[in-house]
Amino acid sequence: MENNQYSAHLKRQMLLDSVFRVATRFFAFLVLAMLIGILVSLLIGAMPSIRHFGWGFLTSSEWDPVTEQFGAVVPIFGTLITSFIALLIGVPISFGIAIFLTELCPPMLKRPLGIAVELLAGIPSIIYGMWGLFVFAPLFGEYVQPWILENMGDLPLVGFLFQGAPMGIGIFTAGLILAIMVIPFIASVMRDVFEVVPPMLKESAYGLGGTTWEVVRYVVLPYTKTGVVGGIMLGLGRALGETMAVTFVIGNSSIFATGLFEAGNSIASTLANEFAEANGELYLSSLIQLGLILFFITFVVLSCSKLLLLQLKKQEGRSS
Amino acid sequence: MSTSQAIGSEKAIKVMSQSTQRNNAIYARRRLVNGFNMLAATLAMGFGLFWLFWILWTLLQHGLSGLSTDVFTQITPPPGSKGGLANAIAGSLQMTFFGILFGTPIGILAGVYLAEYGERGWLAPATRFINDILLSAPSIVIGLFVYEVYVVTIGHFSGWAGSMALALLVIPVVVRTTENMLRLVPNSLREAAIALGAPQWKVIMYVTLRAAKAGVITGILLAVARISGETAPLLFTALNNQFWSNMNQPMANLPIVIFQFAMSPYEDWHALAWAGALLITFSVLTLNILARWFASKNNSTH
Repeated sequence: MENNQYSAHLKRQMLLDSVFRVATRFFAFLVLAMLIGILVSLLIGAMPSIRHFGWGFLTSSEWDPVTEQFGAVVPIFGTLITSFIALLIGVPISFGIAIFLTELCPPMLKRPLGIAVELLAGIPSIIYGMWGLFVFAPLFGEYVQPWILENMGDLPLVGFLFQGAPMGIGIFTAGLILAIMVIPFIASVMRDVFEVVPPMLKESAYGLGGTTWEVVRYVVLPYTKTGVVGGIMLGLGRALGETMAVTFVIGNSSIFATGLFEAGNSIASTLANEFAEANGELYLSSLIQLGLILFFITFVVLSCSKLLLLQLKKQEGRSS
Repeated sequence: MSTSQAIGSEKAIKVMSQSTQRNNAIYARRRLVNGFNMLAATLAMGFGLFWLFWILWTLLQHGLSGLSTDVFTQITPPPGSKGGLANAIAGSLQMTFFGILFGTPIGILAGVYLAEYGERGWLAPATRFINDILLSAPSIVIGLFVYEVYVVTIGHFSGWAGSMALALLVIPVVVRTTENMLRLVPNSLREAAIALGAPQWKVIMYVTLRAAKAGVITGILLAVARISGETAPLLFTALNNQFWSNMNQPMANLPIVIFQFAMSPYEDWHALAWAGALLITFSVLTLNILARWFASKNNSTH
């Protein structure tokens, strides 16, 4: 009798065990399914435009809702160039911050300063946008841009980049604000990977008489290079998909920009500006196809970043 | 003889002093390079902090003057008249609440699978990889996804669609922190519970998850911080509403109201946008700091 009760109890617990296991497995699978769902639903949504424009969508720079001619070159170019500017400014700064936090910073300040940098990542992107539009752009347009236009506009070869009207907003401003936004991501990855360098290696180099810079340049950096590149790619992934900050300051023009100070458009800003007002199946599906392209680009970049960081972990020989 | 010796030693001294001179020059150059680069690193740190403080200062400067009790009691006004942000604040709170409510259980259970069952098989590594990508995926694409599957199906924008988009953003954050925190729980705890005859689901629910509670809460707080400032995924899901609304209608929310008001040409809308921006930023930053405080508390117990 009692034995029976026990075996019933045991059976129930075993059942619950497998139910629990299957449930958690299901939810883990759901995360995978989410990615596939995003891809499939965007693909279905973009189908009319894919059928209508074919590969021409990727090579045409025309974007005209009235005649329903759509091409993705201007937004794709805008996304890539703003992200490139962001990395150009953000990477050296992040590298400096990581060096400062790992090698120079007094231990007492390490934590507060680290948190301060990470808080920069916590500020919502719409705040960056507002600040950029109302505070930064007017100052930049009034004091910095005229000087650059005057002194660099006539340079041979690159001069054309620095021509245009000093409006404050435009591709360069968007890139600069993106740089501020990606600094915390890149800097904290760099700091984390710098900290996994075995102290023995660094101390040996210091013992041979190396300066701090030489230790960083010839010991820390070679040891962590895959991690550093992974961090940069992570920042790139962030910059590519950033929407609100860019929408505020890029100027939203669907004409191909030749200068850094001209208004442009990125994929995300096009979506943010036009999606709610888009009417007509072709218009809507062209916008969705833009989203699909954006997702594809960030997916590739982020996958590379993740693979590089995984490789660093393997090379390290133990999980951290 | 002696003169030639003297000449020789003089030569030697000359050579030696030359080489010390050269050495000194090298040392000086290395020191200079080092000093320069370290100065640059310090300046980079200052550069980063400079923007943080500039932005916070701007927010205080513009936002405090717009902040009054009206902001919390009146609904969003048409241009030119007085009003507040009450419906937007309420909308944001509701959508964040439901986003967390839907997203957290899924995230925790998926995180449990990765940490507790995820040693073998293909599913766990694949999920881990994809989760990390979703963590940084552009949030506007998540908005597009929800638009495609939900908004188009039911035919109108709604607060539920907004919460769904936010829930999808919550999941990766919670999965990540839950897994990391569960991995910090010492195996001896699990073994002790199993030795007492506890079935695995009880071990996980009553022992490991409980031990990692502070960490999991940190993850949830971080997720709240992440979604309460998100604008892009709400653009085509919750849309906006000038009045009070229920979850089944287009719903006002702080980020989009800020976006709309800031992009408008009206001065009084700008003032409200700054007040909203101040509210959002300081609540997000407070949540961030709170989460970190929670996390450090958790670490100190192990």
